[in-house]
Amino acid sequence: MQDKLPSHTEVEQQVASGPRVKRVAFDTQGITAWDSGLVTFLLKILTQNTQNQIETDQAGLPEGVRRLLALATAVPEREGAAKKVVRIPLLVRVGKGTIAAVEEAKGMLAFLGEALLTFLTFLRGKARFRRSDLFLIIQESGANALGIVTLISFLVGLILAFMGGIQLRQFAAEIYVANLVGLGMIREMAPIMTGIIMAGRTGASFAAQLGTMQVNEEIDALKVLGLSPMEFLVLPRMLALVLMMPLLTLYADLVSILGGLVVAQGFGISATEYVIQTMKAVQLHDLAVGLFKSAVFGVIVAISGCLRGIQCGRSAQAVGEATTSAVVMSIVLIITLDGIFAVVTDAIGI
Amino acid sequence: MTQSEARITVQNVTMAYGDFVIQRDLNFSVKAAEIFIIMGGSGCGKSTVMRALIGLKAPARGDVLFDGKNFWKAEPSEYERMSRRFGVCYQSGALWSSMTLAENVGLALGEYTSLRASEIREIASLKLALVGLAGFEDYYPSEISGGMQKRVGVARALAMDPDILFFDEPSAGLDPISSKLLDDLILELRDSLGATVVVVTHELASIFGIADSSVFLDPETKTMLAVGNPKTLRDQSANPKIRTFLTRGEFASATKG
Repeated sequence: MQDKLPSHTEVEQQVASGPRVKRVAFDTQGITAWDSGLVTFLLKILTQNTQNQIETDQAGLPEGVRRLLALATAVPEREGAAKKVVRIPLLVRVGKGTIAAVEEAKGMLAFLGEALLTFLTFLRGKARFRRSDLFLIIQESGANALGIVTLISFLVGLILAFMGGIQLRQFAAEIYVANLVGLGMIREMAPIMTGIIMAGRTGASFAAQLGTMQVNEEIDALKVLGLSPMEFLVLPRMLALVLMMPLLTLYADLVSILGGLVVAQGFGISATEYVIQTMKAVQLHDLAVGLFKSAVFGVIVAISGCLRGIQCGRSAQAVGEATTSAVVMSIVLIITLDGIFAVVTDAIGI
Repeated sequence: MTQSEARITVQNVTMAYGDFVIQRDLNFSVKAAEIFIIMGGSGCGKSTVMRALIGLKAPARGDVLFDGKNFWKAEPSEYERMSRRFGVCYQSGALWSSMTLAENVGLALGEYTSLRASEIREIASLKLALVGLAGFEDYYPSEISGGMQKRVGVARALAMDPDILFFDEPSAGLDPISSKLLDDLILELRDSLGATVVVVTHELASIFGIADSSVFLDPETKTMLAVGNPKTLRDQSANPKIRTFLTRGEFASATKG
């Protein structure tokens, strides 16, 4: 069987070309050993012969082969069991895809609505979840993320200052690197970068955790007990991220300004000058806008992760798909909302 | 002996996923302190029917009544009250993997009673001892074997002293001795607590060992074929499918000749 299966087409051709064949028999005297390759070959011949109403004489075959053939043909193929390969036209696929996308958007809105209601229940003090879970998630999503947030914010601040500084040097305006890094990070980059880090780190983790719980029927067990998965699983995750995102973003702001400072020194700006210029450029409302955005992004990451986790199918593949989808959804929503915020804050004048 | 009121009544229930019907026109009832088996060939929808009884999947048609009260159409608070009276044991245990065994058993107690944490731990220890796992309170589900996980599942189902218990394939994956021990436990629960027990299974030894009554579901006709005591069905049923199933094929081979 290792190399090749014997070809049944040769037999087919011989049977078709010659005069009307009534019976096919086998001479297996020369066989020293056989495996499933032989059985497969014989099965095909058997099927052909049945179709063409030719008798198959199995007498010359080894007994083991005859018994396997009998076993393979004992249970007839269940009608309608074989999956048919259907080619769906492009237009139909586009239509189905659109309908599916609309259903998904509705599903997301419904989930968001439920999450909001659960939050209101929490404010009334009636939500049922474990405090220890909340603290654990806070630690995992907040404290444990400091390392990567430090690294990325520092480098982004550095890069921003460097790129900006080189251009500004042409106008002897290097000092405005402080404005660039300060405003750029605090208003836009820090919330976005932190949001994306959280999406990849924490959003994926939520989706995988809840997806696996779904596969193991753990969420069903909660429901039957009368505990709402929204209150017990989603609420602590949402609360944790709404608390941690602004704090991490604030930390990212400071670290990135530090990164800018390092580069500014290279452009001949002293630390004092840099800090004073930053303080002049950045107003309280800039900070407020940045932190508000980060809180919203936190909600997005939590909702995306939890939604995909709970919607997860019951297989390992489904858990993988849920994680990917959660991360992509978070990132797309973060960037889209950031665009909307930019327009709105500009219109309002903050 | 007086006729006990039916604790659970299933009336004209049809279970379906969208248009795809799993089982239709199911009518049976479970009496108080009875051990009732839902059985049938693989893929007949036994677990789906059980999901209708425990509140996980609404029937496409028909009603489920607990002590005469409609379960699926009840007010949320009434529905919650009814659900709290039953305990469910899942096929794979379905223990919450991020909690210790004691926390798993004690979760319901923490949410629905005003007992102190120490008292909850004592009760959890008792339930674990009842299933032979005293001392394992601080282990995590991933640290114990599959058979032990199932037993913890039973302990968890017993946490709130339920009067109706549901078991989904309790013998799946258990060796014959463990399976017998679990059957003995089920009988003990019925005898000492007066619990009504519904078991989804196709394990013949358990069925004949513990069942008082049963319903037989057929995957081909997608409906129930008979209701009654399994031993009676095995010996006297008019339907050859049932007798073949309950004799592990012997009936079919005996009548072939």
